[in-house]
Amino acid sequence: MTTLAQTLFTVAGYDVRPHDLWIVATAAACSIACGLLGCFLVLRRMSLLGDAISHAILPGLAAAFVLTNSREPLAMLSGALVVGVLTALLSHGLTRWGRVPEDSAMGVVFTSLFALGVVLITLAARNVDLDPGCVLYGLIEFSPFDTTTVLGLELPRSFVWLSVILAANTALVTLFYKELKIVCFDPYLATTMGISAAVVHYGLMTAVAATCVASFEAVGSILVVSMLVAPGATAHLLTDRLSRMLWIAAGVAGLSAVVGYVLAVWLNTSVAGMVSTVVTGLFVCAVLFAPRYGWVAKQLRRLALSLRIAQEDILGLHYRWHERAAGHEALTPNQTLEATQGGLLGRLAIANLMRRGHLRRSCDGTLVPTESGLRAAQPVVRGHRLWESYLARRLNISPVRVHTTAHRAEHYLSDALQAKLDEHVEGESDPHGRPIPPMR
Amino acid sequence: MDALLRLLTLQDANTRTVLLGTGVLGVACGVIGSFAVLRRRALVGDAVSHAALPGVCAAYFIVGERSFWAFLVGALVFGVLASAFISFIWTATRVKEDAAVALAISGFFGLGIVMSRMIQNQPGGNRAGLDSFIFGKAASMTMSDAGLIGVVAAVVLLVVALLYKELKLLCFDRDFAASLGWPTLLLDLLLMALVCVCTVVGLPAVGVVLMVSLLVIPGVAARFWTERLEVMLLIAGALGGAAGLLGTTLSATVPAPESGLTRGWPTGPLITLVAAAFFVISMLLAPRRGVLADLIRRVSLRRRLQSQNALLAGDDRSPLPESPHPTDRPRGEAQP
Repeated sequence: MTTLAQTLFTVAGYDVRPHDLWIVATAAACSIACGLLGCFLVLRRMSLLGDAISHAILPGLAAAFVLTNSREPLAMLSGALVVGVLTALLSHGLTRWGRVPEDSAMGVVFTSLFALGVVLITLAARNVDLDPGCVLYGLIEFSPFDTTTVLGLELPRSFVWLSVILAANTALVTLFYKELKIVCFDPYLATTMGISAAVVHYGLMTAVAATCVASFEAVGSILVVSMLVAPGATAHLLTDRLSRMLWIAAGVAGLSAVVGYVLAVWLNTSVAGMVSTVVTGLFVCAVLFAPRYGWVAKQLRRLALSLRIAQEDILGLHYRWHERAAGHEALTPNQTLEATQGGLLGRLAIANLMRRGHLRRSCDGTLVPTESGLRAAQPVVRGHRLWESYLARRLNISPVRVHTTAHRAEHYLSDALQAKLDEHVEGESDPHGRPIPPMR
Repeated sequence: MDALLRLLTLQDANTRTVLLGTGVLGVACGVIGSFAVLRRRALVGDAVSHAALPGVCAAYFIVGERSFWAFLVGALVFGVLASAFISFIWTATRVKEDAAVALAISGFFGLGIVMSRMIQNQPGGNRAGLDSFIFGKAASMTMSDAGLIGVVAAVVLLVVALLYKELKLLCFDRDFAASLGWPTLLLDLLLMALVCVCTVVGLPAVGVVLMVSLLVIPGVAARFWTERLEVMLLIAGALGGAAGLLGTTLSATVPAPESGLTRGWPTGPLITLVAAAFFVISMLLAPRRGVLADLIRRVSLRRRLQSQNALLAGDDRSPLPESPHPTDRPRGEAQP
C-alpha cells in the first residue's frame, strides 16, 4: 500500500502522488454523475431547477442538524434530499396555483430557503463547524484524507459516495433510457403511451437532489450547477442524438475534471472552481466552434450564401451584357462592382469567378464571361425570367414590378421548380421580350 | 425593549444608517425587479450578483489594493458581461435561456472562486473579506455606503419615471414596441444595466445569494394585488422598503440566541425572510389573484352549478320524477 506522500511518477517536474489521483478520480466521478443527469435537465429546460435544488442543500443540512442535534451523515443527507425535492415541489406549486412565472417562482423559493438555512445555522452556530467556504466551493482538496473502509480497502469517503451516485445515475439512465427520451422530446406522446411524465419528472428531480447532496461536500452548492448544466449543454451543441449526447457529456465532464485539476495545481488555486471554469470554458468553445450549431460555423454559412448570391448576380449581369452586345461590349471590374452590391464581398466574388474560369480579363481591361461562365449563368437567368413571366402572365402583375422579386427568387429556384414554372409559362420570352434560355 | 425604543427613536447613528440604506435599497430593487420579473428576466439578477465575485477579484488584481470604487466598477463590468453572455448564448445558439442563466451563475462564480483563491495564496494577500461579501454584512454599512445606495436608488427611480411608457411596452409587448421603431435592444440593455447597478450596490448589505430575493420577491408579491403596472410598482417598492426596514429592525432588536457565536442575527437573511412572509401573505390573501380567493370562487361556482342542475331537474334528459305532476314550464327557462 502506497502512502499518500509517496511519489508515483513525475510529470513536467511535478511529483504526482496518490492523493492527486484520488482528487482527480473524485472530481471525475462527481462531474460525470452530474453531466449524465444534466443532459436531461438541459433538454427538459429545467437547468434552473438544478440551481434551485443545489442552493436548497444548505437549509436542508441546517434543518437536519437542528432536528437531530447531531452531525450524522445519514441525517444530513436525508435532510438535504428532502429540502431539495421540496424546492422542486414548491416552485412547481407556485407556478401552478399562484400563476407565478417559472423562473421567478424558483427565485422566490430557493432564496427564502437559503435565508432560512443561514438563520438556522446562526441559531446553532456554536455546535456547527459548517464553514461557509465548504458550502460555496467544497473541500475536494482534503477529500483523500477523510477515508472510509470499503471491502477491506481504505478509500476516500467522498469518492465512495460519488462512485455510488455515478453508478446509480448510470443505471437510471440505462434502464429508463426509453422513458426519459420520450418524456424529454414529446411529453404528450409519452402520456398517451402510458408513461407518466410527472413520475419521470419527480424521479429525475430526486436523482438531481441526491447527486447535488453527494457532490456538495466536494464542490460546493454553486459550482455543482456548472457541472450539471455545462456538459449537457456542450453535448447538445455537438450532436442531435441523445445516446451520443450522453457519451459526449460524460467525456466533457471527465476531461474537465482532469484539465481542471492540472490547472488548479499549476496556478495554486481552488480545484472545484477550476473544474467549473474549465467546463464552462469548454461550453464557450462549443458555442463558438461547434461544427453545425456553433457561432463561427453559422457566420461561415451566412458568408458562403452571401458569396454565392454575389457570384450569381455578377454572372447574371455579364450574361445579360453578353446577350445584348453579342460579345462586343463588356464591363470593367469597377462597373461590375457598381452594378451589383459591390464592396469586399463583390471583389471576393469576382476573384473567385476568375479563379474558377467563369470570367476572364480581356486585353482592354474589361471582364468577359467565358463559355463555362455563360453556362453557369444560364440557370440563374432562366430562373429569373421564368419567375418574371409567371408573375406577369399567370398572376397578372405589371411587368414593371416583377423584376425585384425575381431578382431575389432567382437564387433559390431548383431545376425541378424551373421545369414546373416552364409548364405554366407559355412562350419563349419574358415580359420584357428577352428570350428565356433553355435548360442546361 | 430598550433596544427597540432606541431603534424607533433613531438614537443609534449606526442603526439609523443601516435602516436608511436597506430601506432605500429595498424600494429601488422592488421597483426595478418588478420590470425584471415581468420581462421574465428574474434570475438574471442572480447571475449578475454571482458575477460580481470575479469582478471584485479582477479589480483587486488590477488595482492591487482593496478599494471600494474599484470593486464597484469591477463588479459592474462583470455583471454586464454576465448579462451579455446570457443574451448572446440565448440568441446565437440553440441552447435555451434557462441553461444560459444557470451557466452564467455558476461559471462566473467558479471563475471568481479561482481568482479569490489565487489572491489568498499570494504573499501578503488576504481573503479581501470574501465571506462577508458572499453573505453580506449590513451592520457594517457606513454613511457613504448608504449615500451611494441613495444616489443609485434616485437614479433608478428617475430613469423608470422618465422611461415608464417605454419600459412598460417592452415588458408587455416587445414586438409591438419594435414595430413602432423603438430601440428595444437598447431598452433591454438599459433595464439590465439598472438591475446590475442595484445588485452591485446592494451586495455588501445582503450578500451574493440573497441579493436576487430583493429583486424578485417584492415584484412577484405585488403582482398578486393588481393588474396595473403603476400600482404594482408602488406596491413592490413599498414591500421592498418595508422588508428592508423590518428585517433590519428585527436583526437589531431580537436578542441573539445564547448558543450563537455571532453577536446578532444576520440582517440579509432576515430581510429575505420578511420579504418571503410578504409573498406568502400576498399569495394567500390577495383579493383577485390570491389562492384563497381562487378557492372561494371555485367553491361558489360548484355550488351554483349544483343548484342550477337541481333546477334543471325537469329537463328532458333527466329521468321523470316519481310524482305525477309534470312541470308546466317549457324547457330552457329553468335557468335563474
